[in-house]
Amino acid sequence: MANQSSELAIEQLKKLLREKEELNEVATAKIEEIIVELQGCHPQPIDPAEQRIIDGFTYFKLNNFDKDRKLYDRLAKGQSPKFMVFACSDSRVSPSIILNFQPGEAFMVRNIANMVPPFNQLRYSGVGATLEYAITALKVENILVIGHSRCGGISRLMSHPEDGSAPYDFIDDWVKIGLPSKVKVLKEHKFCDFEQQCEFCEMESVNNSLVNLQTYPYVDAEIRNKNLALLGGYYDFVSGEFKFWKYKTHITEPITI
Amino acid sequence: MAIPSSISDPFASKFLPLSSSSYNPSRISVPAQITAKIEQTHLTALRRSQCSSLKASMGSPGFTQQLNNSKLDTLAEVKDGRDDIFNDLKDRFLSFKKNVYMENPEQFESLAKVQTPKFMVIACADSRVCPSNILGFQPGDAFTIRNVANLVPTFESGPSETNAALEFAVNTLLVENILVVGHSCCGGIRALMGMQDDGSTSFIKSWVIHGKNAKVKTKVSASNLDFDHQCTHCEKESINHSLVNLLSYPWIKEKVENEELSIHGGYYDFVNCSFEKWTLDYRGTKLEENGRIVTKNKVFWS
Repeated sequence: MANQSSELAIEQLKKLLREKEELNEVATAKIEEIIVELQGCHPQPIDPAEQRIIDGFTYFKLNNFDKDRKLYDRLAKGQSPKFMVFACSDSRVSPSIILNFQPGEAFMVRNIANMVPPFNQLRYSGVGATLEYAITALKVENILVIGHSRCGGISRLMSHPEDGSAPYDFIDDWVKIGLPSKVKVLKEHKFCDFEQQCEFCEMESVNNSLVNLQTYPYVDAEIRNKNLALLGGYYDFVSGEFKFWKYKTHITEPITI
Repeated sequence: MAIPSSISDPFASKFLPLSSSSYNPSRISVPAQITAKIEQTHLTALRRSQCSSLKASMGSPGFTQQLNNSKLDTLAEVKDGRDDIFNDLKDRFLSFKKNVYMENPEQFESLAKVQTPKFMVIACADSRVCPSNILGFQPGDAFTIRNVANLVPTFESGPSETNAALEFAVNTLLVENILVVGHSCCGGIRALMGMQDDGSTSFIKSWVIHGKNAKVKTKVSASNLDFDHQCTHCEKESINHSLVNLLSYPWIKEKVENEELSIHGGYYDFVNCSFEKWTLDYRGTKLEENGRIVTKNKVFWS
């Protein structure tokens, strides 16, 4: 079928060259180039994965991009998102879907277990770079860290023995950022079963990330100037609920002794 | 403040302005949204409702109602200047819950037990290039990493969040495809290309340096172009270098050799709305020749 259509296309193009003598040199050269390409073209059966991407992009182009050129022309010149979002890489928790973020709305970082490590210039340059860019260049107004139910990264953190008996891979090295939340949950909920402990840790880890955010000097400065808010969220896809909360710090007036 | 609800402008601002002075607490209207279907996917896709108005109820602080299947209740209002943010997020989630989650209960029930994505996607954190938007990935389709300039550091560079995610996706989730998606006007690549060796340090510099091979190659092969075009060249070059860096991971290389895993590059140009995609041809690639890679199945859609 593809062969027939490319043969048909070649015929039509050759006809165009014959009949339209007023075509300029550039157009003629381009048409000849296309004919050569089509003649050499051997269409292969399309891989289902590739077809999936084709369908997805085609849908986006026809239903979103082509229908709102003004927005996309504006976005092509620059982005000014109000949100920065940290979410898990889990395929089930894309914030664009669950919170309907459209192009241009949220600068989004996705990593295992939606962790934000504390400020450390020698390591964690990946997360550091995203924060640096979001705060200093994009001037986002809200940072939202979203945890979720049945998180594989948190489960790994909670199940990893701390006595050195299990192998220590890249994943373990990463999720150990959440160690303070694990310690807290094991202490406060030590009689709960493993699944419940993981659930508590998923939420506690969001708080741990919010605390770590404040260790970045530019984040701290913007919070003090009231230009930036830190928000926590938790998406439970088992029960279909979303919780969110705000992280506030408060320094009381001094009491004179 | 009522938000205009015309179907002809579906991407008009859907959310309340963030300044509290213009926020009217008694009425939130959800603007009309488009209806569409994505074929060849498991989920009946994005169906959004027509214009409807939700009254924001001012419950007392501390009063929390839970969302459940039979009714959509409101969440507690926090009594400070950021009430509008919470209401914005609340509207967004309720819209998803009503139009997607509750329309596909079996799919979400099965996803709640386990995820089996076929793709791992590495994309830029840029707000304009979310793979769920531009490539239509639905819940359960793609395990996604997003970082500055969609870079993949080498195995030798040590632990990082990207490595951890690669380990999980390839060894535990057993994804079949890894797709690295770059894009036009990338701030990270621009920072890489404009980086000076003046001794100053920043997180951005420490991160984008992972793409330095792409910068060197661009300076060599595109030195006659102006800076903007060099950046475009580097955006694409960097994707190829990330694909090569993927092969530095022994477990990835092994699966590619056994044809259990395919590695693809993609480039999204949002100025002209086009998408190019290519696949790494492992058999044809000669890594010892300065990291030259051979690609196959190159396609371009616009």
